[in-house]
Amino acid sequence: MALTTAPDPTRRGPGSGRAHSARRGPGAIRHSEGLAGYVFLSPWLIGLMGVTAVPMLLSLYLSFTNYDILTPFSEVEWVGLANYERMFTADPSYWHAVRVTLTFALVAVPLKLAAALGVALLLNRAWRGVGLFRGLFYLPSLLGGSVALAIVWVNMFNRDGAFNSLLSLVGIEGRPWVNDPDWALETLMVLAIWQFGAPMVIFLAGLKQVPTELYEAASVDGAGRFRQFRNVTLPMLSPVIFFNLVLETINGFQGFTAAFVLSNGTGGPVDSTLMYTLNLYITGFTELQMGYASAMAWVFLLAIAAITAIFFSTGRFWVHYSDGEDR
Amino acid sequence: MVTATPTPVARRRPTGRPVLRLLILVVIVAVVLYPLIWMVGTSVKSQEEIVNNIGLLPERFTPGNYTAGWSNFDVGFGRFFVNSALVSLLTVVGNGLSCLLAAYAFARLRFRLRGMWFAVMIGTLLLPQHVLIVPQYILFRTLGLVGGDWPYLPLLIPQFLATEAFFVFLMVQFMRGVPRELDEAARIDGAGPYGIFRHIILPLSRPALVTTAIFSFIWTWNDFFRQLVFLSQLEDYTVPVALTLFIDSTSQSAVGPMFAMSVLSLLPVFLFFVAFQRMLVEGINTSGIKG
Repeated sequence: MALTTAPDPTRRGPGSGRAHSARRGPGAIRHSEGLAGYVFLSPWLIGLMGVTAVPMLLSLYLSFTNYDILTPFSEVEWVGLANYERMFTADPSYWHAVRVTLTFALVAVPLKLAAALGVALLLNRAWRGVGLFRGLFYLPSLLGGSVALAIVWVNMFNRDGAFNSLLSLVGIEGRPWVNDPDWALETLMVLAIWQFGAPMVIFLAGLKQVPTELYEAASVDGAGRFRQFRNVTLPMLSPVIFFNLVLETINGFQGFTAAFVLSNGTGGPVDSTLMYTLNLYITGFTELQMGYASAMAWVFLLAIAAITAIFFSTGRFWVHYSDGEDR
Repeated sequence: MVTATPTPVARRRPTGRPVLRLLILVVIVAVVLYPLIWMVGTSVKSQEEIVNNIGLLPERFTPGNYTAGWSNFDVGFGRFFVNSALVSLLTVVGNGLSCLLAAYAFARLRFRLRGMWFAVMIGTLLLPQHVLIVPQYILFRTLGLVGGDWPYLPLLIPQFLATEAFFVFLMVQFMRGVPRELDEAARIDGAGPYGIFRHIILPLSRPALVTTAIFSFIWTWNDFFRQLVFLSQLEDYTVPVALTLFIDSTSQSAVGPMFAMSVLSLLPVFLFFVAFQRMLVEGINTSGIKG
């Protein structure tokens, strides 16, 4: 990791702020700087321990118990692997939630990235107005995660919603999309795709980095538009595509707000919007099965780690780093 | 085709059909903005028009939805706005302070295990908050902080402890761009790590702090999951949690007021967008996490 340590020049000079002249020298300075390092790091360290590490371990422990918030800790029962067994063998709604989440991510993420890349290619020319378009396309990414917009979305795809009004203009009879188990998840996918602006902005920045000389050379060699895209743009852009893909996939797995709003917290209609996180919320906070929910959380964490690892291991085969840097 | 001027391969590539491209872009803008315009339009339609008028804009401007929505619940919506503003602004302060301190340590100071801690910090970047919510709820509840006199502590404590690794990372990246010669100069003038932080890094990190402030405000303002879990009393509700109360009331008559309050709830984010558009767009470019 090139990120971790930039080589510092050895510090010397009278700046240590300490009077121990006997211990002066790089060692002493490093000592005081080391202390300062931990002083500045202390809020983060306390947070890491108290808000992240200890809760994670607690959650791991709870995943082997039948804890519900109502019984005191002293009476918590150790149930071994029962929660995990139940999850994998005896809980159809768990697998249903897994399927819903995977479907959502597998459809929405590629389409969102395709939209982002397509629009970025359209915008990738220096002409006036590009800033305005870029801003307008980015706006949904700022608003789209909110409850307010989810409410708007659900109503838009309602029986009386704007979408059906538009359809009726061209003579198609709509349906109450959000109440239809076959279509409810699709409306959430459309909401996700609508927020293509954030990856688009990242694509645009990546496109700016592609040297014009490459296109010139390609066109001298007789490559048409499509060949240029395939052989210049795509390989040069592959690190950015990879970055967006990892990020959007992880985000996609965590969709919660819109599914909650659409189903009023139930995952309906007929569990069609039961995203993993919503299922976890219902299990932990509605049904108060916190031990079981903790097991779900840990499997979720491991799944996301595994998927990220898979991305990174396959990335070697298709991600092209022109600066020769190996990641 | 005769290329009269022998300009050696034009700087700009042949742009195809700019009119066609502009047309496509305008169509996409229309599709992207349609839901937002429809939202605003619906918020000023009468109940009757919401059902029957399929146009974007109302025939008769009906601002009554706003007053109806404002006082739709036992607790006025103004209270929810104050609550949301309080949580968001304190989050801004917490993130700014704590992430700046951590970032300074990572970017400038040398101490034992720095590399390891940095790797841990990067690791927490990808940690989904849903994984931690159950145990965090249990811990805060055991400490008596859920639904107590200070209902927002469970939301705010993590923000004062630099747990939003994205901002730490953003600031580390920024500080690495601050020339080290400045540190050295201050050191020669007798400044220690604290003096360098106070007189060099803090003032020069203003842009990173502003980016952090804008993003943490918007994300907290829009955040729903944590607020849903940790807030239990109606008078403590923030705007997103309060908005879901509209969904519970199944009657159709609530649609107008619900849209009116939705519009109002998005207004601060929209104003931030208008004021800081360039900065926001460039902000996600620096490290791009989240949307």
